[in-house]
Amino acid sequence: MAIWLTENSKIIVQGMTGGEGTKHTRRMLASGARVVGGVNARKAGTTHEGLPVFGTVKEAMEQTGADVSVAFVPPAFTKDAVKEAIDAEIPLCVVITEGVPVHDSTEFWAYAIAKGNKTRIIGPNCPGIASPGASNAGIIPADITTAGRIGLVSKSGTLTYQLMYELRDFGFSTAVGIGGDPVIGTTHIDALQAFQDDPGTDAIVMIGEIGGDAEERAAAYIEQHVTKPVVAYVAGFTAPEGKTMGHAGAIVSGSAGTAQAKKEALEKVGVRVGKTPSETARLMREIMQSR
Amino acid sequence: MDLFEHQAKELFADYGIPVPRGIVAHTVEEVRAAAEQLTGRVVVKAQVKTGGRGKAGGVKVADDAADAVDKANAILGMDIKGHTVHKVLVEEASAIAEEYYFSFLLDRANRTFLAICSAAGGMEIEEVAHTAPDKVAKIPVSALDGIDRARAREIAAAGGLPEKALDGAAELIEKLWCAFVDEDATLVEVNPMILSADGQVKALDGKVTLDDNAAFRQPEHEAYADKNAEDPLEAKAKEKDLNYVKLDGDVGIIGNGAGLVMSTLDVVAYAGEAFPGKPSPANFLDIGGGASAEVMAAGLEIILSDPSVKSIFVNVFGGITSCDAVANGIISAFKLLESRGEAVTHPLVVRLDGNNALLGRQILADAALPRVELVDTMDDAAKRVAELAAVGA
Repeated sequence: MAIWLTENSKIIVQGMTGGEGTKHTRRMLASGARVVGGVNARKAGTTHEGLPVFGTVKEAMEQTGADVSVAFVPPAFTKDAVKEAIDAEIPLCVVITEGVPVHDSTEFWAYAIAKGNKTRIIGPNCPGIASPGASNAGIIPADITTAGRIGLVSKSGTLTYQLMYELRDFGFSTAVGIGGDPVIGTTHIDALQAFQDDPGTDAIVMIGEIGGDAEERAAAYIEQHVTKPVVAYVAGFTAPEGKTMGHAGAIVSGSAGTAQAKKEALEKVGVRVGKTPSETARLMREIMQSR
Repeated sequence: MDLFEHQAKELFADYGIPVPRGIVAHTVEEVRAAAEQLTGRVVVKAQVKTGGRGKAGGVKVADDAADAVDKANAILGMDIKGHTVHKVLVEEASAIAEEYYFSFLLDRANRTFLAICSAAGGMEIEEVAHTAPDKVAKIPVSALDGIDRARAREIAAAGGLPEKALDGAAELIEKLWCAFVDEDATLVEVNPMILSADGQVKALDGKVTLDDNAAFRQPEHEAYADKNAEDPLEAKAKEKDLNYVKLDGDVGIIGNGAGLVMSTLDVVAYAGEAFPGKPSPANFLDIGGGASAEVMAAGLEIILSDPSVKSIFVNVFGGITSCDAVANGIISAFKLLESRGEAVTHPLVVRLDGNNALLGRQILADAALPRVELVDTMDDAAKRVAELAAVGA
């Protein structure tokens, strides 16, 4: 079992014909994911990497039955690509693109809500989602881990890979890279909720970073709703204080956004927090071995 | 990117927002000339990109040009929370009747924009927000709907602004929204937003943060970059498109992926605590998920040109780029640097993990590069590199 992405998921790639789109379409296919086509209005009707290219997400869905889109379009065009996916009501849209202006991501999020929130957006600026042994939508290397019963949600790409690799003997139900941008579609809390409800997940690894208060809010959610064991890691304990300006940020969140504040919030609700990625893996290992 | 107050006010003025007349000055001579030109009472304001400037003594009122020079003498060169004051804004003194607070910003938690407005503006706004939250209106603003004059007036009223200030505030707020959207800002803050003695609503201070991700469609923002404050190594790294931040320790750090590098800084700092002199990271350097030979060489070059570096930690997780490719990249980087006469003279600890880790380690071991040590785990590698920095290597 897995969350959001299964062996039945049919994937289309927005921006498949570009350099990154081509490279990662190949990788996804090689890992066994069911990529069924791509979208590029200017190349509609052609084939690329042996797959049909459609003019719109809607058309691609009608022709292939696709239910997942992965977007590799450049930052300037990402907002329109995601809005198109929302209009087509595709159930899952994974936005890999790095460097999307935050006014654009805030706008497409508002658009998704206004349209009834029918499309789950993951990202932007994320490695995507992988359900090892079942499917892979994005750029997470498929061969660093195995299928298993740990769920993982993370703001960071390479730290996700590190933990997936360290715990490869236990394996993962699903790993979700939600991205580190200020505005993202799927949050730690969304993933925690889905893992809690997923019979194929026994325990959850959560990886956070300094900035914002997503980890603090996740801690509050865990206290109320998550009964499965959660182990966390937060990067950035020794990062120098950024040049934050004004009072507005502190007024809004009431949190310093420091790694220490996040660690304390998580530990307060019974989450064990590793000091290093390896220690985090050790903590999860103990939990899985005691089951 | 954060703007200086004077830049924020120039930007406000471009959008028709009333701001006091002011002149930027870098020396006391320039301060004198500015004060003479403005005439009358002026305010000398330190230009630093941090808050708490007023409480630190960085803002002073002067009666005339001679007094402004005295005040500037005290302010220029002073240190405010680690920021040295290199310039001041000399501004006409405003007759303040009332002080309010206003900002538009990104509300990350709710994934929307937010207007914050309060009749209790000034230096204590954070305290007010904490002790009397009902005096601070926080109103979500949808990216789809935006702000018009009527909505702006509602927000000002919700913040408790008096009737006499509402029209002026609404006009200022509407224009500020235009600036916020058109400039791709993530914060525009006016504290205080004042009602002057003659009934005008003005921006007496300004803080603006611009979204670096929008640089591709905001080419004019490059002019705001503070070239003076840029660390020379950071500037050099920027030219090479490297994601580098100078820190004040002695262990050079190279890694792939921002999260992993941030984590590496932590692990090295922890390990350093056990050694004399407590070695700590000299930099943050993320060479990206790919970790190619060229980027590795460029990164090593930057770190080797940092005189405070005593040892170097290369921490790579091989994902899409597997470890054998990364190992070959390190070998090519050494050759490339050697051919330029910049041979690596510092001890280098390499930790390779992930895809083809064993093969990558074998390739590096066979190459027998001078001063390169391979350590299998991130924690052990951090200890070794800290130890090497402590002994002065």
